[in-house]
Amino acid sequence: MSVKRKRNLSATIALLPTWFAAVVVFIGTMAWSIRLSFTNSTLFPSSTYVGFAQYSKLFASAKWLASLQNVLIFGVLYVAGCLVLGFLLAAALDRKIRFESALRTIFLYPYAMSFVVTGLIWQWMLNPTLGIQASVRSLGWESFVLDWVVNRDMAIYALVLAGVWQGAGLVMVIALAGIRGIEAEQWKAARIDGIPVWRIYVSIILPQLGPALAAAGMLLAMGVIKTYDIVVAMTNGGPGNATEVPAKFIMDNLFGRQNLGLATAGATVLVLGVVIAVAPFRYAMHMRNQAKGGAR
Amino acid sequence: MKTMMKLFLAGVAFAGLCAPVQAEDKPTIEIMSSWTSGGEAAALNVIKTEFEKRGGVWKDSSIAGFGAADAAFQNRIVAGDAPGAKQGVIGLAAADFVSQGLFNPIDDVAATGKWADALPKSIHDLISYDGKVYLAPTGAHGESWVFYSKEAFSKAGIAQEPKSWDEFFTDLDKLKAAGIIPVAWGGQPWQQTKVFNMILLSQVGTDGFLKIYADKDKSEASVEGVKKTLAILGKLRGYVDAGAAGRNWNDATAMLITDKAGVQFMGDWAKGEFTVAGQEPGKDYGCMIAPESKGMVYIADALWFPKTGNAETDKAQKLLAEVVMDPTIQVEFALKKGSVPMRSDVDKSKLDACAQKGLELMSAGAIVPDQAIVLTPQQVGALDDFVDEYWSGGSNDAGAAAENFFAIFE
Repeated sequence: MSVKRKRNLSATIALLPTWFAAVVVFIGTMAWSIRLSFTNSTLFPSSTYVGFAQYSKLFASAKWLASLQNVLIFGVLYVAGCLVLGFLLAAALDRKIRFESALRTIFLYPYAMSFVVTGLIWQWMLNPTLGIQASVRSLGWESFVLDWVVNRDMAIYALVLAGVWQGAGLVMVIALAGIRGIEAEQWKAARIDGIPVWRIYVSIILPQLGPALAAAGMLLAMGVIKTYDIVVAMTNGGPGNATEVPAKFIMDNLFGRQNLGLATAGATVLVLGVVIAVAPFRYAMHMRNQAKGGAR
Repeated sequence: MKTMMKLFLAGVAFAGLCAPVQAEDKPTIEIMSSWTSGGEAAALNVIKTEFEKRGGVWKDSSIAGFGAADAAFQNRIVAGDAPGAKQGVIGLAAADFVSQGLFNPIDDVAATGKWADALPKSIHDLISYDGKVYLAPTGAHGESWVFYSKEAFSKAGIAQEPKSWDEFFTDLDKLKAAGIIPVAWGGQPWQQTKVFNMILLSQVGTDGFLKIYADKDKSEASVEGVKKTLAILGKLRGYVDAGAAGRNWNDATAMLITDKAGVQFMGDWAKGEFTVAGQEPGKDYGCMIAPESKGMVYIADALWFPKTGNAETDKAQKLLAEVVMDPTIQVEFALKKGSVPMRSDVDKSKLDACAQKGLELMSAGAIVPDQAIVLTPQQVGALDDFVDEYWSGGSNDAGAAAENFFAIFE
């Protein structure tokens, strides 16, 4: 008994800094931001409360609404694109090919680059007067058009393209590790049964990769919420509002527009959005675990 | 643990001893600016050279991009680690900092230098808050300029500067026909807003312009002016190249320097780029005030002096303010930057043809302030959004768009 208590005490003391960080640094700053969103703060925090005025201003702003829509389009396509392409790359590399490690390095390399670099490179490539369009036209195909970054309707997909190019390598590595972890006997058994290779991947390998791909998807999804640098580097939110994202909206209002109240309101909405998106998922997991526990 | 603590304390004490020793040598100042293009850097260097000549130590913290520099500056202020000086515009942007008591007044420098006599009254009013001078103005910029490549104009057979917007568009057609990109368009919101403003001034005149921006007037004349402005702005869309979106202003200027494009709408800081490229006004490129405009939009730059709590830096700030307002420095700086000196008592003979034109308008009082001077940063942002949305949205319904314009002031 006394030994147990002693261990608990030392564990508690050891965890104190963690608790301090969790309560003061994370929850404290979050509460501080939420408080600011109910004030009329501009450049510096003020304590004049204005109720939900900042929120109504926020949702009256076409820019904010556009940014929510954009991050949704970008998020879904980016995560799905990375998962699909990453898995395909992993499956391809798994076929005992030559130069596997060299190819692995090449495919993973984009992920090591900062989003700013990725954004700039793709901006140059897709810029109609400098990049691919200009080079193809100079070869003689005068009517060739590839103007995604400057086209209002296509700019968001240009971002997705650059994002997938960067993120697919990460999924590939995680999926490849998962595939390598699958026992060779399953392969042998499937071969003996004469099942085609693609079918093995779809019906046997893929289901077993669930947890690995879920982890990769979660990593990518977290990146989506804070998407900022790639947008700034590639399009700066333009043309018009076509590629505006919430994180950029918040940063712009925080600094350039000296509008702390509106920026924190935006940040609060973003956090709420994540909570709303994650809560049902967590709840389902919780219920499933309980059901499992009950059955046992 | 105890030894660690002792070590730490000793370290703190040591650091405390070192800092003043180092600072005692010379007045040191850290300058934060967004002046990074060729012409801007050359102009900043004029101040730096003189400041160092007078015994100061200069630490440069330049950050490309006005917004980026502002954000970094605000971070430093909030963190309690303000730089010694910050380049910024004269206007409402500085007001919040001053009212929070974050800036050092430079009243005594202004008094000994007789700034009140040397500066136009409106500028002196703008750099003073509650009767005390806080900002040291570096130069004023005209923003109603249309620069053009002489070679492009002669290739397209344009003999003289267009006087009206109709003539202007005829000339743009000629440029297009000659296979030249008619307008080197800077595709960032702040640049587009400047074009909007220069057209607006040409449509409503100086009084109408002030009515709209200073008095937030919504009368029929104002609405009509905004509508006509948007119609002209919308027409310009047909004359820009495909790569215009997001283009930097100096990249657009480079298109004129290489004679790839005909005209550029920009503030006179563009002259700095021409100068760095070895081009001369009147010979290689021309400058004209926007067609039909009887005045000029202006903006003024200044140095801000945050409180750092360091006596040596305070000394350096005063020295810097002195240098910036030195008559010869004002002229030299203006030549490099493309601006117009703030002091009215400087030697004007050295200024180029464009600056003289600008100075003429300025002394005649035919100038209106840029939005950054009269609007809050929030309103400036809303104005940028408005113009950008109209420009990139491709809508030609100027009437409907004009209605949205006045929502900026709410």
